[in-house]
Amino acid sequence: MGLRLFPVAVVLVLAGPVAAGLLGALLPAFGWLPALGGDALSLRPWQDLMATPGLGTAVLLALGTGLGSTVLALGAVLLFVAGFSGTRLFRRMGLAISPLLSLPHAAAAIGLAFLLSPSGWLFRLISPWATGFDRPPDLLIVHDPLGLMLMLGLAAKEVPFLWLMTLAALPQADPARAGRLAASLGYGRVTGFLLAVLPRLYPQIRLPVYAVVAFATSNVDVALVLGPTTPPPLGVMVLRLAADPDLAARFSASAAAVLQLGVTGLALGLWIGAERVAAALGRRLAGTGRRDHGDRLLAGLGAVMLLSAVAAVGLGLAGLALWSVAGPWRFPAVWPDRIDLGRWASALPMLVPPLVETAVIAVLSVAMALVLVVGTLRAGGAAGKVPALVYLPLLVPQVSFLFGLQILLLASGAGAGLGVVVAAHLVFVLPYVALSLADPWRALDPRFERVAAALGASPARIFWRIRLPMLARPLATAAAVGFAVSVGLYLPTVLIGAAGWRR
Amino acid sequence: MTAESGQDGLVLEDVRIALGERRLLDLACRVAPGEILSVTGPSGSGKSSLFAFLAGFLDPAFTVAGRVRLDGEDLLALPAAQRRVGLMFQDDLLFPHMSVGGNLLFALPASLRGRAARRARVEAVLAEAGLGGYADRDPATLSGGQRARVALLRTLIAEPRALLLDEPFSKLDRALRGQIRSLVFDRARRLGLPTLLVTHDEEDAAAAGGPVVRL
Repeated sequence: MGLRLFPVAVVLVLAGPVAAGLLGALLPAFGWLPALGGDALSLRPWQDLMATPGLGTAVLLALGTGLGSTVLALGAVLLFVAGFSGTRLFRRMGLAISPLLSLPHAAAAIGLAFLLSPSGWLFRLISPWATGFDRPPDLLIVHDPLGLMLMLGLAAKEVPFLWLMTLAALPQADPARAGRLAASLGYGRVTGFLLAVLPRLYPQIRLPVYAVVAFATSNVDVALVLGPTTPPPLGVMVLRLAADPDLAARFSASAAAVLQLGVTGLALGLWIGAERVAAALGRRLAGTGRRDHGDRLLAGLGAVMLLSAVAAVGLGLAGLALWSVAGPWRFPAVWPDRIDLGRWASALPMLVPPLVETAVIAVLSVAMALVLVVGTLRAGGAAGKVPALVYLPLLVPQVSFLFGLQILLLASGAGAGLGVVVAAHLVFVLPYVALSLADPWRALDPRFERVAAALGASPARIFWRIRLPMLARPLATAAAVGFAVSVGLYLPTVLIGAAGWRR
Repeated sequence: MTAESGQDGLVLEDVRIALGERRLLDLACRVAPGEILSVTGPSGSGKSSLFAFLAGFLDPAFTVAGRVRLDGEDLLALPAAQRRVGLMFQDDLLFPHMSVGGNLLFALPASLRGRAARRARVEAVLAEAGLGGYADRDPATLSGGQRARVALLRTLIAEPRALLLDEPFSKLDRALRGQIRSLVFDRARRLGLPTLLVTHDEEDAAAAGGPVVRL
């Protein structure tokens, strides 16, 4: 009986903050925030927002970089899987890609900025012999006004996530047998995969893809490091308005947060429309019977895109590590003059408390998420049903409801201690834990439990002695994913944690 | 097709398949056009390896020697997608995201152009097999026997040069089994396809009426 409480608890833990946060943005967006003197509904915040310079560009940047990066990341993963699954290169890439998932977005973005900026590693490697530069060129690569760097950075960072989700879903699409059958009919690897396997694979990864669209169209941390600045994409603009010393700007910040919700919704709508077109096109192509659509070229493209993403993030990280111990390092030297650990020595004592706090928050939120998700899956019966609401926080732009939540917290005067930050992290950790665990949970052969039951084991004993041990690996993976998500969360920590700091 | 008789059909020259130290298979034979060679043996005897080897999917962990010719052409030099060897498995493996007609259109060679012409061809093939009007059906709504027939039609409409059958009748119930079996064998003979049947069932081998190799 107690099991039934788990789905309810999950919905409360997730939908509660999201709904409250959206309300906390929606009301001030229409002028209602008594704490700041807004006690009548009005359209004034929207009028102020519309008058903000660069708003249209900010919206277009959010849409363009968000959708563009999703197309790039998904294209890289799918083409690579299509062209190389089952090969040795594929297994090796898997080993290289998975660890990158644990890298926080902000760290990856900073690494990329160091790698690709005019004074970064790439230019040092080819200077001065190829470029003639003996000082960093005056080029706007990072923060370029079109947001191309932001788009590439987002794509590179989304590749590991989509890769992991695709690999987890792949067995259910039966790629080996379908691929062989397609090959026996004369189809090339890529065309065979796209026409015979992808239509069954895609529904399994649709949700993670939507999560990427939602994140990429509204993200703040990557955009702060790599994105254009005047104007920035919409997510950053929300944050800027929210940080405006003029408290009246809170109203238009709320309106911007609501607008962000609409923009992300529009992006998802456009994406779903594109899905339909692609599906119709696929059916059409399958009907023509053409066996090869430039398969070698497509596979090569997939390999180049995926390798570039992995190399960029990996090299960026290596560069970050090197910079942290670099002594004097003149342009265009490829290596620093000497290694200097002084910075670490002076920074380390300062870094320990936040590191400990980060770990405590992550461990607490992951532990709670695991208990809630496992309880919910257990309550969901053999099918392991999970309330669809679990995935809601993945689809709602963080900046939209976290900002509202912050306003509510500030307005209510509630102290935002560790507990509130953990609760905020739980909102994001839980969906990812559920996403990682639900499929393996359902995939467990039901006959094992039937055998155990026939041997007289009680449901509790079956759960503890059969199911949990057999799912030890997926559980560990889910915990690792959850930990990585928590450690990498930027906005919830800044917005919710800061709400507490200020008092 | 090459005119030289004796070159026609599927010829296995001293094919040896081994996994590490373990010798799995040692086979030399010729399957003439329209002939059905049955390869039987208990599980683990190398039947499936032979099937995978001829189809082009054998795991690189196996070591192989020997040559295979199809109508005089070196089959092993070709990648799986260019061998034009029709496969049938235990499961029908109809693509669930395509209609019955979609499955057949997928297999129909692209050399037949034009949507209407392709569609007409598919409908004719279905009608000939007693499945007229089934083109727009979802494969999931078909009976086991209908699915098996569609799977056979899909294999044949791709115009293969030979057939490889891997226990294709083992999941059908008894009544259906004989019916589908004779349909498959019939078509293979009629089209003059050299056919290799891998099975653990002596009854299948007897029904095939051709030579039998026991591993």
